[in-house]
Amino acid sequence: MADKVSNKSVLFNPFSKNNPVIVQVLGICSVLAVTAKLEPSIVMGLSVIAVLAFSNVIISLLRNTIPTNIRIIVQLVVVAGLVVIVSQLLQAYAYDVSKQLSVFIGLIITNCILMGRLEAFAMANRPWPSFLDGIGNGVGYAIILVIVGFFRELLGSGTLLSYQVVPQAFYEAGYVNNGLMILPPMALIVVACIIWVHRSHNKELQED
Amino acid sequence: MIMNKQSNSYTIIYIIALVLVVGSALALTAMALKPLQQENADADKKRQILASVHVTAEADEISSTFDRYVTDQFIVNEKGERIGDNAFAVNVANESKEAADIRQLPVYICTLPDNGATKYILPVYGAGLWGPIWGYVALDADGSTVYGAYFAHQGETPGLGAEIEKPAFSGQFEGKQMFKNDRFLPVTVVKAGQKPLGDEDYVDAVSGGTITSKGVAAMLTDCLMPYKNFLETLRTR
Repeated sequence: MADKVSNKSVLFNPFSKNNPVIVQVLGICSVLAVTAKLEPSIVMGLSVIAVLAFSNVIISLLRNTIPTNIRIIVQLVVVAGLVVIVSQLLQAYAYDVSKQLSVFIGLIITNCILMGRLEAFAMANRPWPSFLDGIGNGVGYAIILVIVGFFRELLGSGTLLSYQVVPQAFYEAGYVNNGLMILPPMALIVVACIIWVHRSHNKELQED
Repeated sequence: MIMNKQSNSYTIIYIIALVLVVGSALALTAMALKPLQQENADADKKRQILASVHVTAEADEISSTFDRYVTDQFIVNEKGERIGDNAFAVNVANESKEAADIRQLPVYICTLPDNGATKYILPVYGAGLWGPIWGYVALDADGSTVYGAYFAHQGETPGLGAEIEKPAFSGQFEGKQMFKNDRFLPVTVVKAGQKPLGDEDYVDAVSGGTITSKGVAAMLTDCLMPYKNFLETLRTR
């Protein structure tokens, strides 16, 4: 019974209370880079969920065999292999999105969330909880990406998933898209706003 | 058998085995997906070529549309002589780094089905501010009048240099002349309100995208100049 409760918290804690992006502030680089549009944000989120879940499981399966002095190298090899596979799959089945994401799929390797979860969780836990931990943290990351991507595309381009949502009448009345929203600094400010809202709802996270 | 997991031999064997497993998994994936990826890359190139003659097609119809519009393709050299047939296989990025007299210059001939007009599509490739920029320029049968242009980039600044891919920029090229007073002068790009030093036709640069705009102008000069003799024969024909 106790096992179940902890599995649940392993899966759901990273969604909010222990979110990798807005609480631990990890993986910010790619959040700034890929969120100008909603579609690449979603694909990037899914890619990170897949890589994180599978690398967590693989490392967890291998955890008792890995020689301690080369454990980081082993983790890197596994992550790098998975990332290349994801990147190849995207080029074959989602070419346009892979062009938009360009180098950032490759840069999942250096995403601090991955190495952090492998080192802190998968090295010490059984495969199933590790899988849940990977899914949980991946989803926690993806949620923030999608929220940021939603606001940046809506305010920056007036579209969502490339469909026009701001009616033409608005533009005729003098409304203009906010060009600043497309540039990376605004992602930082949007993330900061999310952190602000999140902290004011979760008083225990506030620091003195 | 008890193995010492901290021993050097264990570590070395472990890492060799791991690399072999991961390496073969990657090799298998790459080989299995190669045909699909090549198809995607080809379809993307065809989409860009069609964009220069104002033709758009759904993703699954690009190849058939391309075959319908592009009726011939060949490679010319700097003298304007035909030296090959498979223009599509030419890597313009590599060719643009060669000296002009040994370059393979691809030409796509597009015949518009509705009025039978012939357009000549020439690829261009150059450097923007952050990375490569490239495009396709479509000329009328006289070898001088621009019918359409398409530009793309790898990572120019959104809202500034990246505006070269928008029709607002590339649309300016329509109707411009490549030949002025019997001299071949590729269309150039200058800041709005200014004029080029020569008497060539020009379009307005992207404001805030000065280096990218200069890159477009340099790209047009570098990549179209070698076509001079080929276009000359078209014009005097």
